[in-house]
Amino acid sequence: MNQEAPILKTEGLKISYGSTPAINGISIEIRPNRVTAVIGPSGCGKSTLLRTFNRMNDFIPNIKTEGQVWFRGQNMFHPKVDPVNIRKHVGMVFQRPNPFPKSIYKNITWGPTIHSYAGNLDELVEKSLKRAALWDEVKSRLHDSAFDLSGGQQQRLCIARTIAMNPDVILMDEPCSALDPKATARIEDLIGELRSRYTIVIVTHNMQQAARISDETLFLYEGNLIESGKTKALFTNPTKQQTEDYITGRFG
Amino acid sequence: MNTWRYRRQALFLWMCRALTLLALIILGSLILHIAKEGVSTLSLDFLHRFPSRFPHKAGLKSALYGTLWIMCLTALIAVPFGIATAIYLEEYSTKNRFSRWIQINITNLAGIPSIVYGLLGLTVFVRYLNMGQSLWAGALTLSLLVLPIIVIASQEAIRAVPNPIREAGYALGAHPWQVILCQVVPAALPGIMTGVILALSRAIGESAPLIMIGALSYVAFVPEGPGDAFTVLPVQIFNWASRPQVSFHAIAASGIIVLLCVLFTMNLIAVLIRHKFQRYK
Ligand SMILES: Nc1ncnc2c1ncn2[C@@H]1O[C@H](COP(=O)(O)OP(=O)(O)O)[C@@H](O)[C@H]1O
Ligand SMILES: [Mg+2]
Repeated sequence: MNQEAPILKTEGLKISYGSTPAINGISIEIRPNRVTAVIGPSGCGKSTLLRTFNRMNDFIPNIKTEGQVWFRGQNMFHPKVDPVNIRKHVGMVFQRPNPFPKSIYKNITWGPTIHSYAGNLDELVEKSLKRAALWDEVKSRLHDSAFDLSGGQQQRLCIARTIAMNPDVILMDEPCSALDPKATARIEDLIGELRSRYTIVIVTHNMQQAARISDETLFLYEGNLIESGKTKALFTNPTKQQTEDYITGRFG
Repeated sequence: MNTWRYRRQALFLWMCRALTLLALIILGSLILHIAKEGVSTLSLDFLHRFPSRFPHKAGLKSALYGTLWIMCLTALIAVPFGIATAIYLEEYSTKNRFSRWIQINITNLAGIPSIVYGLLGLTVFVRYLNMGQSLWAGALTLSLLVLPIIVIASQEAIRAVPNPIREAGYALGAHPWQVILCQVVPAALPGIMTGVILALSRAIGESAPLIMIGALSYVAFVPEGPGDAFTVLPVQIFNWASRPQVSFHAIAASGIIVLLCVLFTMNLIAVLIRHKFQRYK
């Protein structure tokens, strides 16, 4: 195993919606500056797991979380921890592109502005859009509505908006599921470029995508962690029958 | 069988068309009647004159100013309360019995006849709070009248803001109040503004509650502050129309034309606002 300290870690994480369990005791470690893919059939708890890492589950009434989650060694559910502070360091890209109904420029500057960003906003916008591989397409129309962009461009704008906050971790929940293959390929390339700077945790139901872009993979099934490890090993040499069945497409 | 279904559909369509046409004809003939009666006495001068006991000398000046004052004061009072209530109900209150109870009451308030608000205004503002027949009393009474309309329209506009926008805000580490103030309310603003304008146009067309609280119909001065007595367009029109002399009926008709123009302008603004922001929806 790798000796590097994990940036995110869970121990005995149990989550239920009302009385319906969604995650049944998962202990995982996510290492910095890697791409970790979370795979599994739909409804197995991938989104629920991902949304604990920036405490977005806080907004769901009747949700119950047990167990421990650490971010950089700090207990994320400690009563003194402000979830708002966590979300500054752990960004999120959603399944459907959800730009704000504002200009491209304002989409990027809003987050930093509310946290009283002191630097030059123009430079920040340029840097973030360049990192999200969107700059060349939008540099001449930064003040147009974000809704004028295509779906794939909107999703890259959402990534740029997350990058502008300079987070440590970027969570992505099936970021390509609403996009066509060409836009998907662009996002996959982008994830490859971002892995050196950020820790990325990506949920995907597309196994080829997980195999292409991730360093490590977690396989979830019915709220349980079945198998985890290096993506290559997990895909070429799964140790569990369920994993093999899933990655060879026998179910899910 | 299919032809029967087709015929039934066609029949229904024609019925709808006929009824719409009937409504339009009635409305059109009313407007035509008013226009015929009132256009001859309509002039710029008519807008510049104070009321008088001689119809050819009477004008709408004090009523126009009164309406303007009432509209601004009502907006000033009702809009902040209305939007804040809508924000509270939609974004903060947990959906429990109490909030459902409030919701039902607001919906019911929107359906109460305006004369009842007039009685309430007379008792509470005019008498109990000693405001007399002032603009304040009128504006507060009309604020009560339009508050439920503004609350309901704003709630609908806020509810129509897609949840992913809120999630995007929270995911950037924003506090709830920042998400509400910087994302949800601006996105809902066109809807809110439309509701506000429609509510205000309801308010300026109301005469019953203002007559109830004792708005005067003979005001030979322009109100200079919210403590002054006042009259408004519909009250002035009502007064002229209820006089026996025919020549007063003519200037009542002219007053109606002016009121219709004001209402039409406000509705036009509402449509324009909705149109301008539509692409963000
Ligand atoms: N807001 C919710 N309320 C109740 N149950 C939910 C909610 N969200 C998800 N679930 C349930 O929790 C389980 C896991 O869901 P989710 O984490 O969304 O799965 P995945 O992302 O892997 O498709 C599913 O059975 C789903 O029905
Ligand atoms: Mg999901």
